[in-house]
Amino acid sequence: MLDKVIFYFFAGIAVGSAALMVTRRNVVHSAIFLITALLATAGIFLQLRAEFLFIVQIILYVGGIMVLFVFVIMLVNLDVSLLQLKFARQKWVALIVALVLGGQVGVMFWSSGKMPGQGFPVLNAAAANRLPPNAEEVAKSLFSSYLLPFEIASVLLLVAMIGAVVMAKKRT
Amino acid sequence: MLPIGHYLFLSFALFVIGVIGVITRRNVIVVLMSVELILNAVNINLVAFSRLYGDVAGQVFALFIIADAAAEAAVGLGIIIAFFRNRETVLADEMDLLKW
Repeated sequence: MLDKVIFYFFAGIAVGSAALMVTRRNVVHSAIFLITALLATAGIFLQLRAEFLFIVQIILYVGGIMVLFVFVIMLVNLDVSLLQLKFARQKWVALIVALVLGGQVGVMFWSSGKMPGQGFPVLNAAAANRLPPNAEEVAKSLFSSYLLPFEIASVLLLVAMIGAVVMAKKRT
Repeated sequence: MLPIGHYLFLSFALFVIGVIGVITRRNVIVVLMSVELILNAVNINLVAFSRLYGDVAGQVFALFIIADAAAEAAVGLGIIIAFFRNRETVLADEMDLLKW
């Protein structure tokens, strides 16, 4: 019961602020609503007992990436874009894509009731004190089974850092 | 606990909102933010299935996706700054240098 209340609370905040983010004209408002959506997703992660990802989501997304976004919004000229048309004329493309994706998910929900398992599996409710420590489990998996992807991710971040510096550098 | 369908539907809703933002918005910064939202929606799926099967690998992949999102945001915003310096605009339909 409590799980349900928490889930619907965070899911409502996430979907509502995501919709507001897409529709606001002011870019700063969009950024703030995106922060709210990301924080609500962090709450969903906590409800799923993924404590490490909860912290990483807050520190990295809200603390790192969104600060970067706000900096760039500050650097580029905001007032000019406020007066102009908000949406490109691709409403119908967006509508068709949304309908196709919705149909796909609808088929998924419809066919899951017909399968021998009958409906969606329910997440098992192990007591919180019997779960293994989440950060420890993630670290074990990350540094044993997924060591090579981890190193590749670090190389990717290095490349992205150099690329961002080169892109944003002033041409002499 | 909740059935997994709740999480799938939440993830789907966020994904579709992000796709609509990518397709319809003119401001490139908002397009990049919508891409972040899409990546986030995928993360919800991964973590929910990781919880369902009691396997921590899903959370590891969510971590990789967060690292990817950080790299993508850094490079994308660098491109936006470089473009703004040259053309004084951040609107997607004015980025037409390759058109003739």
